[in-house]
Amino acid sequence: MLKVIESAVPVACWSCSVAHNESTLFCPHCSKIQPPSGGDFFSVFGLKPCLNLDLMGLEHEFHRLSRRLHPDRFARASESERQWSLADTALLNDAYRTLRDPIHRTEYLLKLHGAEIGEEHSGKDRKDPSRVPADLLEEVFELNMQLEEMRAARKMGEDDPALLASLEQAKAKFDGLLDEVDESLRAQWRKWDEGDAGARAAAQKEMVALLDRRRYLNNLVRDVTETLGA
Amino acid sequence: MAEGRVVGIDLGTTNSLVAFMQGETPVVIPGVDGSNLVPSVVALDPMPADGSRPTVTVGNSARRALIETPERVVYSVKRLMGRGLGEVQRELKFFPFRLAGDVQEGEVPRIQLGELQFTPPEISAYVLRQLKRNAERYFGAPVTQAVITVPAYFNDAQRQATKDAGRMAGLQVLRLVNEPTAAALAYGLDRAKEGTIAVYDLGGGTFDVSILKLRDGIFEVQSTNGDTHLGGDDIDNLLLTIALDEIHAEHGVDLRQHPGAVQGLRKAAIDAKIRLSAEQSAQFDIELPNGDRYQREIPRGVFEQLIEPVLERTAAPCKQAMTDAGITPEQIDEVVLVGGSTRIPAVRQLVDELFHLAARGKKPHTDLNPDEVVALGAAVQAEILAGTAKNTEDLLLLDVTPLSLGIEALGGVVARIIPRNSTIPASATEHFTTGVDGQTNVAIHVVQGERELAADCRSLARFDLKGIPPMTAGLPRIEVKFLIDADGILQVSAREQRSGKQAQIEVKPTYGLTDEQVESMILESFDNAEADFAARLLIEARNEAESIQSKVELARQHPAWALLTSDEQKMVDAAERHLAKVKAGSDLNALRQGIMVLDQATRRLAELMMDAAVTEAIRGKTMQAAGEDLDEELTAPHPMAPAEFK
Ligand SMILES: [Zn+2]
Repeated sequence: MLKVIESAVPVACWSCSVAHNESTLFCPHCSKIQPPSGGDFFSVFGLKPCLNLDLMGLEHEFHRLSRRLHPDRFARASESERQWSLADTALLNDAYRTLRDPIHRTEYLLKLHGAEIGEEHSGKDRKDPSRVPADLLEEVFELNMQLEEMRAARKMGEDDPALLASLEQAKAKFDGLLDEVDESLRAQWRKWDEGDAGARAAAQKEMVALLDRRRYLNNLVRDVTETLGA
Repeated sequence: MAEGRVVGIDLGTTNSLVAFMQGETPVVIPGVDGSNLVPSVVALDPMPADGSRPTVTVGNSARRALIETPERVVYSVKRLMGRGLGEVQRELKFFPFRLAGDVQEGEVPRIQLGELQFTPPEISAYVLRQLKRNAERYFGAPVTQAVITVPAYFNDAQRQATKDAGRMAGLQVLRLVNEPTAAALAYGLDRAKEGTIAVYDLGGGTFDVSILKLRDGIFEVQSTNGDTHLGGDDIDNLLLTIALDEIHAEHGVDLRQHPGAVQGLRKAAIDAKIRLSAEQSAQFDIELPNGDRYQREIPRGVFEQLIEPVLERTAAPCKQAMTDAGITPEQIDEVVLVGGSTRIPAVRQLVDELFHLAARGKKPHTDLNPDEVVALGAAVQAEILAGTAKNTEDLLLLDVTPLSLGIEALGGVVARIIPRNSTIPASATEHFTTGVDGQTNVAIHVVQGERELAADCRSLARFDLKGIPPMTAGLPRIEVKFLIDADGILQVSAREQRSGKQAQIEVKPTYGLTDEQVESMILESFDNAEADFAARLLIEARNEAESIQSKVELARQHPAWALLTSDEQKMVDAAERHLAKVKAGSDLNALRQGIMVLDQATRRLAELMMDAAVTEAIRGKTMQAAGEDLDEELTAPHPMAPAEFK
């Protein structure tokens, strides 16, 4: 069943009344838990936005914060503290889930900087030829033909070893292209993390394009896998 | 409010248990009969002559009523928790209970028990109240707070129904904990292990698999999967079907119309299943009225072939859980077995193959009793929440949501907003707008599941965002926050951002009781003040004494009484006289002692009666069936549908 939750945001610490920096989940003065701050996922971990992350360090910090914030620690606390613990821990978990995954992390950082990415902005109709990366146009056209043939053959209960081999070859090729995209993304991470404003803007543009390409390739590989597995 | 102990409760399909932390060790609290397991069976005593409400009994005594008054007994009700009418109707094909005649689509189904009707949470509440009483008797103090375990794969409605049951039983449910995770806690407590463990939990009615990473006292669930329709019950049904079919074919007797006989046969099937875990074969040997015997040898090989399709259904969830956790079987350091059905050798064989154990020189962990390990883990979690013990203060459980949360988008497609296996609490914020000028309402449909179309997922709730200030279409920006709490239950809040107005939400849960309904179903109880509490314990003990006395009186009329030796009969007589004496006084401990002694003195008598009941029920039924055969087609009110097997 659903329950309606209320949100309330005091300006100063609710417990000791000392005003505090908004992006902290604990009062620096009295250590009491605070309502979720308006900060981004990086600030939850005390980080500036960046793309090369020390994952071991992130996990360690996730565990450390979980121990302090988790609702299990507030089972017998006041109603407000229990609500804040719930909201803070949800924020912590959402942040960790997003930042530990390289692609989610990249997408999140780009969105923070105003980029429009994701299914709703691109790749919605992946059969639309205008969305196909130019260098793949010919291969994608041929692949789609083969996929159609394969589905038709399957429907008839027939097996076409040559077609199968050709599809598996195509899949291997697209898998390889995916690896290349990931490699290029990592190169852009460095440029973004270390660059000045101009370099960052350029890297952002590059990454948006790479993520589009990646999503496109991923869908292709999924189509092939599904057809082969059917 | 005085903060007493927090207990851990395993509310199982077949059996339920209550446990607590005694110092640094979790222990199960036994019931009055000395048994750790309370069968999750609820029976309604006969209607009193004065027309007052009949007493509800729980556990072993209720189980005895299964054969004599099956229409007044309900079990395995966990399978019905949080389910809609259609689902319950499908489920009931395999059980002898009836739905109340007037249940409407959209309301919580009610079960007809004798003259009365109960929702599944109410029935569970009676089981919980029994466990609560057992704990209170043990501590001599009120117990008002508990941790209750649920299958990891339970959805939102099933979780909420379980919490409702706790509230009806007078328990504040501090946390719902997933059963496999609880088991991992019980195992991890004394070993301070690091590594990856898989928990394979095949219970009476549900199957769960969870993969956890243990590190620095943090139990972090990586993935979970399962089937809330798979368990030991399914195996019982297979054996039962064979026996019913063969008795019909070979002896011309169709027992399906007679719930009492079916229950007797079910007990024989369960006994056979249990024997087959230790022996190479088991027998059905039941006397039929025409002097024939139904004798059936079931070699273990045949049994294993029979149950293979059931066991095979646990393989896919295990593989999916490993895929979701991003690991291979080789990366799993330990496997923990939970649930009575994991005693079956074929199950252990399957687990071995799934996780490549023997090949790596490993064995699954079975050192804790698979029936008790979940309750023990719940006690550990209870202690973590109470925050009073040293050895649990560094432990923390990070669990996940088993199913993806989504909202229905245009064209009935699901837009996933919180993916499955996200650590909980988890949240997602979505923005909605209007499609028509001046529109003041937006309807939102929330679903749970992995399918592409909302119609194929489980409907969680529909709600309306109301009071949106009239604006041009597309201009309002309503922010809705979805939050799955630490119990795995959804909470929603909404705000219209341009006007800053808190949008009103009217939530219509697709399944489940309203707050007012739950309130009205709270089981009557005495006040928890200390003085009243002592009086209440005495009253309860006297009621219990009366109940056992009247049962013994009845049993004296039963043919089984004559089968006791004269020494055994004398012991029963003496125990009864003693109980009558202490019942007149007000010494609570003496009274409890008296109840226990009489219970023990009549244990063999009860067993003899149970054994006789199988044969008797069949005999009684056959005469009845013969009469019906002459007159009309057999129309059963609730026939046993044959289970499918190849
Ligand atoms: Zn403070």
